[in-house]
Amino acid sequence: MALPYYVSPEQMMADKAEYAKKGIAKGRSIVAMEYADGVLLVADNPSASLHKISEMYDRIAFSGAGKYNEFEMLRKAGIRHADLKGYTYSREDVTAKSLANAYSQSIGSLFSADPKPLEVELLVVEVGQDGKPNELYRISFDGSIIDERGVAVIGGKSEALMTFLKSRWTSASISLREALRLSLEALDTVTNQKLGAEGLEVAVLDRTRTGRTFRRIGSAEIKALLA
Amino acid sequence: MSRFLDPYGSSFYDFLASRGPEPLHQAPQSGSQPTASGAPGLSGLPAVPHGTTVLAIRFQGGVLIAGDRQATEGFQVSGRRIDKVFKADEHSAIAIAGAAGPALELARLFQVELEHYEKLEGDMLSCEGKANKLSQMVRGNLPMAFQGLVVIPLFAGYDLKRREGRIFKYDVTGGRYEETEYHATGSGGKDARDTMKQMYRRGLTEAQALRIALEALYNAAEEDVGTGGPDLIRGIYPTMKVITDAGIRDLEESKVAETCNALISERREKV
Repeated sequence: MALPYYVSPEQMMADKAEYAKKGIAKGRSIVAMEYADGVLLVADNPSASLHKISEMYDRIAFSGAGKYNEFEMLRKAGIRHADLKGYTYSREDVTAKSLANAYSQSIGSLFSADPKPLEVELLVVEVGQDGKPNELYRISFDGSIIDERGVAVIGGKSEALMTFLKSRWTSASISLREALRLSLEALDTVTNQKLGAEGLEVAVLDRTRTGRTFRRIGSAEIKALLA
Repeated sequence: MSRFLDPYGSSFYDFLASRGPEPLHQAPQSGSQPTASGAPGLSGLPAVPHGTTVLAIRFQGGVLIAGDRQATEGFQVSGRRIDKVFKADEHSAIAIAGAAGPALELARLFQVELEHYEKLEGDMLSCEGKANKLSQMVRGNLPMAFQGLVVIPLFAGYDLKRREGRIFKYDVTGGRYEETEYHATGSGGKDARDTMKQMYRRGLTEAQALRIALEALYNAAEEDVGTGGPDLIRGIYPTMKVITDAGIRDLEESKVAETCNALISERREKV
């Protein structure tokens, strides 16, 4: 019987990471940005029905980049996690931190155990209420979790976008209109295209709302904001 | 298709039943179990829950759902400010009658169920879909009902496709029946239904529906010991919610109080 080829663990992990990175870079980007009333999420998404941004709980939103079936599965699992926790304890006990941790755990263990790593990058954001700061968690394909401030980007050319936005985003007190324009400008510049309202998926976590703060912004409203 | 690959589908109730902290509706093992001989064990099942009157009435452009505020424990009043009518989602509400614990739990679970479905699917359930799901949940409670913990909900919603308010009543086995005009359930349900039968006519306005609902609840409270009337000393009035195409809203307490006081002074003149 022939022995299987020896591959060093370093090599195996490096190969997996490269594979996952390639898959994620092929996709389109999603930007999350703090603004005066909460957090804005903007996705470069030509489909009006297949969403990349989703409501998770009262103050929490989810966004996934990479392979649709993989982040969709993670999105559903997250909603079950959140709803079960809120039902068992209380609505205020559901936090982005705990969700992001759960994602990090399962993506991380899949990355080391499965031959094929998940080609996904996730954003879990929570809008802060009663003077608490917003929380933006970015979770990578290997389960690493990054606590971002102000702006977070996943998928596609995320590094270039991040560099662009870091130099332009000034403070969390910008208006929704300014935040949306800046996000669109970044996406346009980095991807060298002209995205219209139809090519965008936009949603906000608006802290001025009570209960469920997530709200989708339709193309008519996007046009009005960009006008 | 996804239901076969994804064992939980889009239902929180199904998910909880299989994976929750404890199995749902686990009936206590002691006590009388239904017998196989003779009447199929339903003889011991109370057809109508003790205490409570909740009702729903349709009007032009929507539906009104209301309930009294009293909780009863044997011959004692155990609560004067209980809410028995709950918003289920933006376009529907559930009113409960029966054993308080399981009934409140059913209402809470139903709220999560609708929100869960909406988030997973990205769409709201249809009015019909919500009513059917509630039917399955009531049926799930059957083992508990055999132990005497009967829960009977009343469901009212605005059907965005048909553009009208709809009312569904249930029986203890989860049987689901649509009512086209009005319905009331609970121990004072019959008295409330009698009143609504006399006063109901097609094309009511919201204000007229409010008035009829209050008359019905007042009569139920007069005839049924398990139903509380308006408490003028403490300022406790029935819970009233209105569902239209614009969504669900609570009727302002001042408006309910005003209509209630008008009703009482009219009756005072009669005696």
